[in-house]
Amino acid sequence: MIIKSKGYKTFRVINVFIMLLVIVITLFPVLNILAKSFSDLKNLTQNTVSIIPKGFNVDTYKTIMGDMDFWNDYKNTVIYTVLGTIISLVMTTMFAYALSVPRLMGKKFLTAFVVFTMFFNGGIIPNYMIVNGLHMRNTVWAIVVPGAISTFNLIVMRTFFEGIPKELEEAASIDGMNTYGILMRIIIPLSKPIIATMVLFYAVGMWNSWFSAFLYLDHTELLPVTIYLRNLIAGAMSATGADADSLGTVSVNIKYVTIVLTSVPILCVYPFLQKYFVQGVMIGSVKG
Amino acid sequence: MQKKSFTRNVKRIAKDWQLYSLLILPVLYYVIFKYGPMIGNVIAFRKYVPGGPWLGTKWVGLKYFKMFVTDPAFWNVFRNTLVISVSSLVFSFPIPIIFALLLNEVKNVFFKRTIQTISYLPHFLSIVVVAGMIIDFLSPSVGFVNQVLKQLTGHTIQFMQISSYFVPIYVISGIWQEMGWGAILYLAALTNINTELYEAAEIDGAGRWKQTLHVTIPGIMPTVAILFILNLGNLLNVGFEKVLLLYNPAIYDTSDVISTYLYRIAFTTNSFSYATAIGLFESVIGLALVIGSNKLTKKFAETSLW
Repeated sequence: MIIKSKGYKTFRVINVFIMLLVIVITLFPVLNILAKSFSDLKNLTQNTVSIIPKGFNVDTYKTIMGDMDFWNDYKNTVIYTVLGTIISLVMTTMFAYALSVPRLMGKKFLTAFVVFTMFFNGGIIPNYMIVNGLHMRNTVWAIVVPGAISTFNLIVMRTFFEGIPKELEEAASIDGMNTYGILMRIIIPLSKPIIATMVLFYAVGMWNSWFSAFLYLDHTELLPVTIYLRNLIAGAMSATGADADSLGTVSVNIKYVTIVLTSVPILCVYPFLQKYFVQGVMIGSVKG
Repeated sequence: MQKKSFTRNVKRIAKDWQLYSLLILPVLYYVIFKYGPMIGNVIAFRKYVPGGPWLGTKWVGLKYFKMFVTDPAFWNVFRNTLVISVSSLVFSFPIPIIFALLLNEVKNVFFKRTIQTISYLPHFLSIVVVAGMIIDFLSPSVGFVNQVLKQLTGHTIQFMQISSYFVPIYVISGIWQEMGWGAILYLAALTNINTELYEAAEIDGAGRWKQTLHVTIPGIMPTVAILFILNLGNLLNVGFEKVLLLYNPAIYDTSDVISTYLYRIAFTTNSFSYATAIGLFESVIGLALVIGSNKLTKKFAETSLW
């Protein structure tokens, strides 16, 4: 090891400051919203809240706890996320496994058939016409079916399956295990990391999505919580042209509380799955 | 002979029916929900009445394409799409690279991991949440930015109502949301650089800066090039949902993009065929960009081998 130059030492110190700055810039807007969600109207309208709540109160949280519309939408989000993730996971796994089997006839064609959709898609209007034509509007299926398979995720999973040694399947096959058995009892148990990644990607995508609900759902009792939030934002914008100044305490505060309650479940989960999704992104980049 | 191989294939499928049964639902899904809409694009060439026959009533040729070529509003949204996507590429692309390089110099593992985890956070927020945060953060009455501005200058700015602010707001918030996530691949490439290269450079008397210049940067160049080409292929994919959530009529002149324009045409004036023609035009340009950039990748992959 040679002696580090003075310049490098200076750089190390500056770099630590840059990294601290990155943390501050990333977290400040989030903490600002969190602080505002616990602040009272007076401090909000005087615009004095930064990252520590001022005039601490939980009134809006209490109000929203009793708001049936909010909980109905929240419940819908949970249902769509669970159902959507299950459908997506099952469909993606079936297809990815079949595409990873070397003896599959038409494998090349099917791969091209799938990959082409990454580069060319029908567009919003024709998609809308399909969903409409299948009478899926105002049903849960409009939310969970049209986006069931993400081609990127499919390719990631197929690539992962291709990396599992074929000897394992061959041995099981000689022992008389059929294809379903091999998939359920050999492939899936060996694929926990990729399944965790897929669950995270699909569940986050479904939890956060709003546009398909916006487009396909008219009945208020079907709406997810992202639409509840979107309506609050749109309402706030149209009320005074840009802002929420003329509305009451809870109306001002409710946006922050909704943002917090919408984001908390995902923000609590992702740090624990970091190892898996980093791996997933990397597999995807190798064979995209 | 053809018939023989056909019957042989049928026998093979019948014997291996469990494997092929796995394909049924997913292939059906792709046919209906991915290829169905592609076929639906024929209404760009046909007269379509909402509620009428699925693929329209009669052929009208290029009528709707001529319509948007001569529509000044279309060229405005076309320009906006290009401005937003090119500025996103120019400003958002280098930042994750710089972030990865700097993060790589952090030697304390715990600190490094903490920064990484925090930097992924905004990526996991819903675009609705991010849009709500942007509007709130920039709001004249409750927003933090205006709180600071007021103390410094005594004035506040209605950021979301002034056209010239839209593109910077879009790009900067995009960087905020995706910087950490975008660095994942670069960080992986950095850890894959052979440490012997650094040792050799050190023996040759290269300082840390020289090592970065001659080992680190060449080490991640293939990743940089491939991601740049991929981004080029997706150039026109402006964040439609984000624009839809952030824009308003006062700033349409800079914020309205092709996808939001066709969305309004379809759902406020019911001109499905016209909107589809615009969408098809955008998809075709997108496909051309992908094919073009793919050629670049191939060329690059060849030259990068030496």
